[in-house]
Amino acid sequence: MTDLLSWLLLLTGSGFVLTGGIGLLRMPTLYARLHAASLTDTLGTLLILLGIIVQAGFTLAAIKLIAIALFLLLTGPTASYALANAALLSGAVPKARLLDDL
Amino acid sequence: MTIILGIFLLTLLVIVAIGIVQAEDLFTGVMLTGIFSLLMAANFFVLDAADVALTEAAVGAGISTVLLLGGLALMPGRERRPRKMHWLALGVVTLTTMMVVYATFEKPRLGDPQAPVHQHVAPWYLEMTPELIDIPNVVTAVLGSFRGYDTLGEVIVVFTAGIGVLFLLGLPGAVGERRPEELAAGRSYLGHHLIPQVLGTLLIPFILLFALYVQFHGEYGPGGGFQAGAIFAAGMVLYSLIAGEREALMIITPRTLMILMAGGALLFGGVGVLTMLLGGGFLDYNVLAQNPVTGQQWGILIIELGVGLTVTGVLLAIYHAFAARGR
Repeated sequence: MTDLLSWLLLLTGSGFVLTGGIGLLRMPTLYARLHAASLTDTLGTLLILLGIIVQAGFTLAAIKLIAIALFLLLTGPTASYALANAALLSGAVPKARLLDDL
Repeated sequence: MTIILGIFLLTLLVIVAIGIVQAEDLFTGVMLTGIFSLLMAANFFVLDAADVALTEAAVGAGISTVLLLGGLALMPGRERRPRKMHWLALGVVTLTTMMVVYATFEKPRLGDPQAPVHQHVAPWYLEMTPELIDIPNVVTAVLGSFRGYDTLGEVIVVFTAGIGVLFLLGLPGAVGERRPEELAAGRSYLGHHLIPQVLGTLLIPFILLFALYVQFHGEYGPGGGFQAGAIFAAGMVLYSLIAGEREALMIITPRTLMILMAGGALLFGGVGVLTMLLGGGFLDYNVLAQNPVTGQQWGILIIELGVGLTVTGVLLAIYHAFAARGR
């Protein structure tokens, strides 16, 4: 049962990371790429860590993994924000288009 | 599994190295060197060298990237195109590469117990550490006690590098007496960015606490003075990025930085002189306590502290020297 749960979490997490990677390569603009990479990366990494925590059970390793997960939960989005902000400040204005233009 | 991971990581390493050579934008190059160090740290970890991995991650991927970015702020961002081909350099590099590749044919297989490195002094270290020093982490025992002279040399190298950079980049700006109004001109880098500021304020205490853990837990797990110094310096650099250079220099003043730099090396050497005064050899910690094993443990604890102080001081001083210069 725990193995099944852990497999499920690991595979879902890997799927998210893979989606993010493909998005990073295929998306057209900087902000779209950032969007693809940041959201999936945070969720995917958290799911993978959760999968490993399920494997570890109630041990010291699990607590360390939870600490890592918390750290990533805080720093991942912040790094994405900082990157987007730096891009905006250096003059890369996101191209917004109305639906009529398409 | 180790082999697959190793090949994967080393392949990535080669790709990143080619990327560094190809990059004409220096910023890209600096970022790629950070990734290179992180891959190398992962590689060390796969090979069970946790202490080296921690050092590589903290120094290579962390603080040296920051210092390289600080240096980058002082110069043009693009690589200068070479005017002509340097055939001599190409020849030397080709020859060296061929020699290194040739040398690998003589190399023992990975993990071969008959390899010379496992036959020389390593078995003695592994065998005698529980008896002579009685700490779980043999790496710390080797680094702090068995090869204490080497470590002292490394600390002096770090100290010398710090002095050198400070001389080059202007001593009064970085270390020494600075007037308050001069410090007040310090620019607050991320002061107006709310999210990094809030998060940084939240994380910095934990980073500093973790540095202290790495410092004083080095006998029991991966860690020690070098790693702890780099992590502590990284925490303070983060503080000076979000709160401003002036605020950071008010907490750890230029004078304190100077005391840290010199004091750590002095502490390390001082332990050596103390053991000589107590009747032992230089850095022979046995004489520090009634029980030689306790003496060894005390000695390692103190010299690791010295290493940590010097590394923190030097890294922070170099960072502040760059930051003051870039303004």
